[in-house]
Amino acid sequence: MNSEARPVIRPMVRAVPILPAMWAVLKRDLQVNFRQLQDTLNPLLFFVMVVSLFPLGVSPEVSFLQVAGAGILWVAALLSTLLSLDHLYRHDFDDGTLEQLALQPQPLYWLVLAKTVAHWLVTGLPLVLLAPILGVMVHLDGNSIAVLCLTLLVGTPVLSFIGSIGAALTLGLRSGGVLLSLLIIPLYIPVLIFGTGTVAAAAEGAPVGGYLALMGAFLVLAITLAPFASAAALRISLSNN
Amino acid sequence: MSCERDGRVLFQGLDFSIVPGSLTRVEGPNGSGKTTLLRILAGLHDGFEGQVLWQGRPRNDDRESFLRNLLFMGHRPGVKPLLTPLENLRFLISGRQAITDGQLSEALARAGLAGFEEVSCQHLSAGQTRRVALARLLLSDEPLWILDEVFTAIDQQGVEGLEQLLVNRAAMGGAVILTTHHEPELPGMDRLRLGQGGGREF
Repeated sequence: MNSEARPVIRPMVRAVPILPAMWAVLKRDLQVNFRQLQDTLNPLLFFVMVVSLFPLGVSPEVSFLQVAGAGILWVAALLSTLLSLDHLYRHDFDDGTLEQLALQPQPLYWLVLAKTVAHWLVTGLPLVLLAPILGVMVHLDGNSIAVLCLTLLVGTPVLSFIGSIGAALTLGLRSGGVLLSLLIIPLYIPVLIFGTGTVAAAAEGAPVGGYLALMGAFLVLAITLAPFASAAALRISLSNN
Repeated sequence: MSCERDGRVLFQGLDFSIVPGSLTRVEGPNGSGKTTLLRILAGLHDGFEGQVLWQGRPRNDDRESFLRNLLFMGHRPGVKPLLTPLENLRFLISGRQAITDGQLSEALARAGLAGFEEVSCQHLSAGQTRRVALARLLLSDEPLWILDEVFTAIDQQGVEGLEQLLVNRAAMGGAVILTTHHEPELPGMDRLRLGQGGGREF
């Protein structure tokens, strides 16, 4: 060892910035998703297939599709979100980046929030963007399509946020898929009912403001509370590891 | 501190402190709870009785400051296969230190990854992947290092370099706690021995 003065390491008491850390998580998750495009596109393809199989499997009648169309799109969106949820934390868990995330000095709440937003950007947002095309395919009129997209825009993030709790809880399990669905689907039902209800109301010419406001309330609730639950569930999953 | 897993007592009556400038190796046979102990210290595992203090206060009183001062490296290196070493390292350090790409590249080069900065980690060997995580040690300003099996998959030359790094770190006032498969002969190394199925032996 040389005798010259060495820098001495001391404990730090320094505030840690939250936003850059959230941005780093968001950016990394988007990067990872774009590099495994097959996995990312799979739920989207599933969404398109389910919606296009309905006219073939049930009835191509315009009258049927106009009534059932919004429901079909919503159910397909819900199932496609469910399909993508298992990946939300699984890879991070397996390669050890999740435990590094849990050990970041920033509260896990914010990092989970960033991760869930990234999940919505790659799974929920594309559904919203595809919905108008599929809406035309099931003969919805312009007004219904607009309202449908609006409900999906507000509703799909709720699906991602609620789903993140289930994904975090079932992380330590070898086959968490079934349990994940059982846990999450009951929580998805209110979103589904209000989502399709809004479109039905719009089709009848009723005002939809109230419905949308309620869905907005779901969204606010999900964004503020779900990351707490997910973060706690992640700690449990990591602790049992 | 004591810990029981799956009905088996891993250790009991464990009481020790880690001081700045120390290098401590947790030893014991497989299954004696070395990894569990390190995970407890880092705050990843909470199925234990007792308490972990940081600077004399319960660790969870100020978790943020504790975590800011801790660098933990587990069995799994925390390197994403789909990202490049540069992106991985940048992510691991983000939220802790503001660091330039030049410093990141330099650290990767010193870790023996010069020329691999932009190669996707899935094309790297296990040892190279581990080196990506180890490059983080070169940039670390955290005083406490908890390293679980860091020497895994590292070649002889890398092991020597890493041993030197750990010794220097302790000399600079950092504290290092580690587990290893091989028997490193490091000057000034303390040993904390966990026995099979519990108790404390010295």
